[in-house]
Amino acid sequence: MADKIHSTRLQDKLERKIIPLVIATALVLSVGGLVEIVPLFYLDSTFEHNKSPEIMWQRKEGQTLDDWKPGDGVRPYTAMELAGRDIFQREGCYLCHSQMIRPFRDEKERYGHYSLASESMYDHPFQWGSKRTGPDLARVGGKYSDQWQEQHLRKPRSLVPESVMPNYPWLDRTLLHGEAIQARMKAMKVLGIPYTDEDIEAASAKVEGKTEMEAMVTYLQVLGTMAKIDKGKEYRE
Amino acid sequence: MMEAAALERKYDLGVIRWFSVMAVVYLVVGASAGVYIASELAWPALNFDLSAITFGRLRPLHTNAVIFAFGGCTLMATGLYSVQRTCGVSLWSSKMAWFTFSGWNVIIVLAVLTLPFGITQSKEYAELEWPIDILIAVVWLSFLLNFVMTIAIRKSSHIYVSNWFFLAMLVMITYLHVVNSLVVPVHLFKSYSIFSGVQDAMVQWWWGHNAVGFYLTAGFLGIMYYFVPKQAERPVYSYRLSVLHFWALTFGYVWLGAHHLQYTALPDWTGSLGAAVSIAMIIPSWGGAINGVMTLSGAWDKLRTDYVLRFLIMSLAFYAMSTFEGPLMAIKTVNSLSHYTDWTIGHVHSGALGWVALVGLGAIYHLLGRLWYTDIYSPALVNVHFWLATIGAVIYIVAMWVSGIMQGLMWRAYDEFGTLAYTFAESVEAMHPYYAMRAIGGFIFLLGVIVMLYNVAMTIHKSAREGSLLTARAQAIADA
Repeated sequence: MADKIHSTRLQDKLERKIIPLVIATALVLSVGGLVEIVPLFYLDSTFEHNKSPEIMWQRKEGQTLDDWKPGDGVRPYTAMELAGRDIFQREGCYLCHSQMIRPFRDEKERYGHYSLASESMYDHPFQWGSKRTGPDLARVGGKYSDQWQEQHLRKPRSLVPESVMPNYPWLDRTLLHGEAIQARMKAMKVLGIPYTDEDIEAASAKVEGKTEMEAMVTYLQVLGTMAKIDKGKEYRE
Repeated sequence: MMEAAALERKYDLGVIRWFSVMAVVYLVVGASAGVYIASELAWPALNFDLSAITFGRLRPLHTNAVIFAFGGCTLMATGLYSVQRTCGVSLWSSKMAWFTFSGWNVIIVLAVLTLPFGITQSKEYAELEWPIDILIAVVWLSFLLNFVMTIAIRKSSHIYVSNWFFLAMLVMITYLHVVNSLVVPVHLFKSYSIFSGVQDAMVQWWWGHNAVGFYLTAGFLGIMYYFVPKQAERPVYSYRLSVLHFWALTFGYVWLGAHHLQYTALPDWTGSLGAAVSIAMIIPSWGGAINGVMTLSGAWDKLRTDYVLRFLIMSLAFYAMSTFEGPLMAIKTVNSLSHYTDWTIGHVHSGALGWVALVGLGAIYHLLGRLWYTDIYSPALVNVHFWLATIGAVIYIVAMWVSGIMQGLMWRAYDEFGTLAYTFAESVEAMHPYYAMRAIGGFIFLLGVIVMLYNVAMTIHKSAREGSLLTARAQAIADA
């Protein structure tokens, strides 16, 4: 009985030998991931700036991050923005707020032009999110004043009575540290973010004495304002 | 009593007992955190302006507690138990199994000490920072090695089907965890993913969906293939169907991550590929569910009297339901409505509460009597738990269906002037009753788990009073 083959010879062989079974399983398991992930690293069509280079900020020799103006194109985050982004992650904001606008009429009217892949190419890790318990934030920059954002972070229900967002009073009480942000920018540079040595050197002075609240609002205010989006242009196929 | 002594001598059961008890304890903890954060969404005052208990900090703790603490201990208890029984040998290394147990519990403690304080990689279901990630990899590989080596020294000719599924989980989770957790550290408590933007999104959901597909599905299917036939005292319905189920699942599931990113900045080819394979996955999934349920053919009357079997069969009903719902939600038209809404949360919980928890808890109930050599303290309480779990899960899922579909429809609704009919805040306000209902459903489910914990404690107490385990052990030592 034990020698009778109930399926195919290959299947029977695998069921009798553990190492071939592990190898066969490991091979079958690797196909899907390889096909879906690897091409994203070399297909030019993945990023819109390969066809529309104006999406990216073309930094000229000697320019600092301060020389950038809204609409000049996607650039690395400034020290204050990066500090704010780290707080955004620490507080788990991405669990309720997406940063990825889909190409639908209602999303365009509610949030703005659909998000481009190139716009988040400096985001380690990505912050697209998966749930909108609160609204999308991909283009929230400039929609509200700094004062509104601060008040909203302190007491969301004082401005939006229906809101279920927590209050974040501790952001006002915590100060940023210059060396801490420099260490983070250095790690980002290792990852390939085009910070210059001057950017990192200048970073400390930019954040010293500032509160987490200020950093958070600075980050929110830059979201979606980097690239100038041409509304009539087809960025994707 | 002789039989108990023989079992004690033949198998490593001590570590299984610990994993089983801790699984139930962690489910109480994880589900409590879930009920609390669900309540925060209904009544935001519950955040109390305390950073460590705000929704954004506690939610990762909830998901990590239920997936890795409860799910992990359940998989390790059932996996390390069934591999011994189906191979007819004790564990390859008892010491290594204890290492796996203590290591896994250290990881859980570290999660509790870091996540509420905002120490996170901010990748969903992979929030733990890099030093803990390294520990996870080491402990996981110890589980894998022990499992594979126990099969290698087996007495049976063929490797039983439940072990294939556990193996697929062990291999795939190793791939996923290692790749998705690649980071550049800033210091001990902070790091940045080496991937960014669109590539990070794809890697993250390759991880995210396959943590579901392999940890919570393949692993728990391993539980089904061992424990359903054992509890029903009948062979698996179809061997051929299980072969088909296994290879189709291992090949197909891996592709599904992309369906989380439809209509995003991920290239359309990737999202559509993910959607197409997702729809096809209904075939192996239902094949598996049928294989489990039909194992009962000719013995349906057992469902009347065997409350443990009820857990196992109800879990398969939920499995079939959510593996129908999943492909449905992967269809691009449906996804355009359901994505970003509570429908996703409902879908996850029909899988998590209905399938994962019920099949896992059913298996632990099955183990109770066999590990402590006594009858369950109260079969009536098992039945009470069964109904609390089922009713709680259904209330939860229904609340999220209604709120999710309502959200999706409100966001895209236009009035007669062609402008958006609702502000976002109005959609938030409309969710309140369903968020309250979800918290209540979750609370009912939690009550059931508390009943179980009591039943487990009393069964162990009963075993201690009768001395059944102690006698078996003493006898086993004397025989040796």
